[in-house]
Amino acid sequence: MIRALTLLLAFQLAGELIARLTAIPVPGPVVGMVMLVALFAVRGAIPEDLKAVAGTILRHLSLLFVPAGVGLMLHGARIASEWAVIAAALLGSTILSLIVTVLVFRLFARGRDAEDGGEAA
Amino acid sequence: MPGVVTDVWVYLSANPLLWLTATLGAYVFGHWLYLLSGENPLVNSVAIAVAILIALLLVTGTDYRRYFDGAQFVHFMLGPAVVALGVPLYEHRKQVRRALLPIVAALLAGAATAVVSAVGIAYLLGGSEETVISLAPKSVTTPIAMGIAERLGGLPSLTAGLVLITGILGAVIGSPLFNALGFTDWRARGFSMGLTAHGIGTARAFQVNEVAGTFAAIGLGLNGVATAILVPLLIGAFR
Repeated sequence: MIRALTLLLAFQLAGELIARLTAIPVPGPVVGMVMLVALFAVRGAIPEDLKAVAGTILRHLSLLFVPAGVGLMLHGARIASEWAVIAAALLGSTILSLIVTVLVFRLFARGRDAEDGGEAA
Repeated sequence: MPGVVTDVWVYLSANPLLWLTATLGAYVFGHWLYLLSGENPLVNSVAIAVAILIALLLVTGTDYRRYFDGAQFVHFMLGPAVVALGVPLYEHRKQVRRALLPIVAALLAGAATAVVSAVGIAYLLGGSEETVISLAPKSVTTPIAMGIAERLGGLPSLTAGLVLITGILGAVIGSPLFNALGFTDWRARGFSMGLTAHGIGTARAFQVNEVAGTFAAIGLGLNGVATAILVPLLIGAFR
């Protein structure tokens, strides 16, 4: 478990360093993720302990948003005066983005469902 | 307050242990309510936890910075969690490779829609400039969104809150919306959830279907990159 955690942190660290040194607009952890996938591809397998640790973290991914979310308390006045604008923007944008993404995905996936087996029953 | 109680409170309130425990406790309680409700997506564990914690902080007169001294250990894990997304991505590489074209097309269209519609609606309704900018990266995961908001003169901590609300909205609306519109492709549904509602949408997608969860993780990761590139360009064009 410690080895797996170390691996995740080391890849994040390497990702942050590369993102800073090359000044690419890609966030460090995303660079780390890409390099981790490259490591799996070279090794041809995922270490068992890493699979377990990643599974645990990802199952409770939403917990990690709590501390930043509590930061909403700092913006009580702004939210009170602009709540209608914020609510309309978030709700409208969320619905639009959900629909547009599925439609475009399906538009370019037409006729390839059988081989992918990605259809719901 | 009796002297002993005051002493204990002074010790606890200055110690990261209290608010770290409270953060985990509030989430565990929220998750328990969610299970109790029969996994009803309207009973969102994150929303419950945030509401409880804000109430606790207000009642005890604790400021956010002191709270974050403890909660930062949880917040910190967001980075390694993004790296860990490489695991499901590699496990489902065959399906991903076959869907490469729809993934790229949906990414470009979805990322642009998420940013332009949020900024556009807020701008047309007369939102202040800081609010409009803080809304732009609301569909991507917290550390990435906060970085974008900071660079463009938005308010990172406001963005973090808007990211959270977007995640909850996406997790709650996603499945019923897709069912109503007759969208049945788990890959498309998952990808859309991850792209629109980042980690919270991805967690929800994993609960609904394993393939959806994997494609949500891909959507989350790719949109982090796409939005980081897109938002500065679009805001530049707006100004």
